[in-house]
Amino acid sequence: MSGAAGPGAPGGTARAPLPCAARAAAALQLGGGADPARPGVAVIDLRFPRGGAADLQEIVFRNFYTAFLSVRVQRASAEGPRKWVTCLRDYRLMPSPHTEEGSQDYFSLFRHQMLCDVDQVTAVRFILRQPSPVWLHFTIEELQIYPPSQKSPQKDFPSWLSQLTPPEQPANLHGELPDPEKVSTEVQQMWVLTEVIRARQAAARIGRFDVDGCYDINLLSYT
Amino acid sequence: MVDPESGLSLTIARIVQRLQGSSLHSQLERQARVSLHKPEIKLESLKEDIKDFLKTSGWEKKLQNAVYSELNVFPSPCHPAAPPEHMKEPLAYMRKAQRPISEQKELLNKWNEMGTDEPDLSLFRPVYAPKDFLEVLMNLRNPNYENGEQPSFRNHLGLIQVPLKVKDIPELKEDFSELGLNIGQLGIDDSAQVPPEFFENEHVRVGQKVLAEQDSAAAQQYVRQGCPTALRADLWALILNISNQPEDILYYEQLKSNVIQHDLLVDSLIYKDVKLTASNDDYYFVFEDYLYQVLLCFSRDTSVLEHFTYSSATPPKSYIRGKLGIEECAVFYPPNGVIPFHGFSMYVAPLCFLYHEPSRLYQIFREMYVRFFFRLHSISSHPSGIVSLCLLFETLLQTHLPQLFYHLREIGAQPLRISFKWMVRAFSGYLATDQLLLLWDRILGYNSLEILAVLAAAVFAFRAVNLMEVTSLAAAEAVLADLSTLKVMPLLQIFLFATVT
Repeated sequence: MSGAAGPGAPGGTARAPLPCAARAAAALQLGGGADPARPGVAVIDLRFPRGGAADLQEIVFRNFYTAFLSVRVQRASAEGPRKWVTCLRDYRLMPSPHTEEGSQDYFSLFRHQMLCDVDQVTAVRFILRQPSPVWLHFTIEELQIYPPSQKSPQKDFPSWLSQLTPPEQPANLHGELPDPEKVSTEVQQMWVLTEVIRARQAAARIGRFDVDGCYDINLLSYT
Repeated sequence: MVDPESGLSLTIARIVQRLQGSSLHSQLERQARVSLHKPEIKLESLKEDIKDFLKTSGWEKKLQNAVYSELNVFPSPCHPAAPPEHMKEPLAYMRKAQRPISEQKELLNKWNEMGTDEPDLSLFRPVYAPKDFLEVLMNLRNPNYENGEQPSFRNHLGLIQVPLKVKDIPELKEDFSELGLNIGQLGIDDSAQVPPEFFENEHVRVGQKVLAEQDSAAAQQYVRQGCPTALRADLWALILNISNQPEDILYYEQLKSNVIQHDLLVDSLIYKDVKLTASNDDYYFVFEDYLYQVLLCFSRDTSVLEHFTYSSATPPKSYIRGKLGIEECAVFYPPNGVIPFHGFSMYVAPLCFLYHEPSRLYQIFREMYVRFFFRLHSISSHPSGIVSLCLLFETLLQTHLPQLFYHLREIGAQPLRISFKWMVRAFSGYLATDQLLLLWDRILGYNSLEILAVLAAAVFAFRAVNLMEVTSLAAAEAVLADLSTLKVMPLLQIFLFATVT
């Protein structure tokens, strides 16, 4: 399982996950055992390339039958050895570990959910727990970490719209004529609204199912 | 899961996008434009004045109903990283289990026989019956689940071996709290012995008020206690957000012309199904013509394809003869993507008692199909899907009637073999029609099909004494063959609220 940079997340702001190398899930071993029992605890370690440090904004992954997740991070510190700090403790992924609910869902962990500060992190450790004995394997997949992104400017908001209010007040006329500046700003607003309405396309279906009047079919496929 | 604020804005964006293309949107625009002539709309406060006008003229309520209907039908948006098939069905092994291979071959064989112009009905067997579907469900296995050979706590005692989460009676009591013993119900408190002043008159009055307000959410809450017969047609239309606009009648006429223009193989399946099921039924044979009209149009309605975004099934694709592989000539077959199975016409038959205009009947059926009935014949992990309903039924029976369950299992009469056909048809054709409509009131009111599993377990509980005496599957089926005398609401109330556990 690799945590290399995958495709950017869909949505307005394009963001790329951080490149990182994750070691495969290692199950907890009890010393001296003959039969490898299924301990129900596994650990995934994740480090950034070349020993670098990064800030974490969001951790995205796909669950595979893990019931509880704890996350510990190792922060770069100026003085002394680096310490491991728990930033998420026993986060419940499956509401009922014996049943399927939540077992293959996608999850996001945000920095505001973390118990500690997650800046300048050098390594991340995921501790997976699955106390139910009915599942053969459990892990998390498609692990991706996103750094904090910059706010991108609004693309579909033309800049001249923000200059609707006139910068200076001219001398106002007597009461017979309406204030021309006021009228022009209102007319501009109405014009923008009509433009927006015109630009929107209706998405209703037409309802035709044949191709050029022909619906003669000779085989079915279910793929 | 998803961040709550972004989840809400995702939902809002999705609903806005869906409503933008609808006729409600153009009607609102037209109303807003018409209102510009009114003196109370001023240019300075244009937006607020128009909003107030829409509120007082009742259009805001229509918009509220449309939003409520969208929220009810579509599941909450998934995580942004999730691919679209995850929204249809989150469990990978269930996605793979969608169609049995035998059924595919079945259809291809029928294709080759389709040489005649006149459909010779004896050549056609129904595609599959509920019995075959049950076999498929029994063989569903999660590859990550420990299905050991030795019987252990991991193996379920019933037929379904998939470990889905199902509710137990305390949770069901909470969910179905309006069915409680101290709350009036139609089906119980409107019987001849109870004076109508106690409950029935007031309930009808409230119903008329709800209809006057035209509020979908209030109507959905109201029908949980049952629907008076006179108001049922309108209340169901309000809950399903069906308004009989001229565009809808036109759409139905267009579908009718498609029926005349193109013949489909599924038409023969529909003819056969109607002849075998509804026409033989004492209650529904009079509606044979209505059933043809509705079902033939239904199979040509491409708007049904939209429900596949949240259904676990996928519509079969095909290519125009001679143009295999060319994407522009790819079509869905049948046009609505739904191949009817044996008994499909029974979903429509009870509705014929309520609606007499074909276009309105058609719209109600289509909406009920894309909200509820599709879950009864597709494999999914949804709590209202047929797999969960079967597991819920078996779990309820095991937990609350363990002796009966054990006895039936010992004689080779697994209870699900008997109750499966009831649940797949939503009890249509098994219960008396008035009782069936009371049951379907609750399906609409609670927006879930779990009540079917509860009723199936309640029926077994009711006939438990007789069932303990039988010694074979055939005898058990005979005990449970005739449900037409059962009263649905007392059974549900007793099973949920009055059984000593």
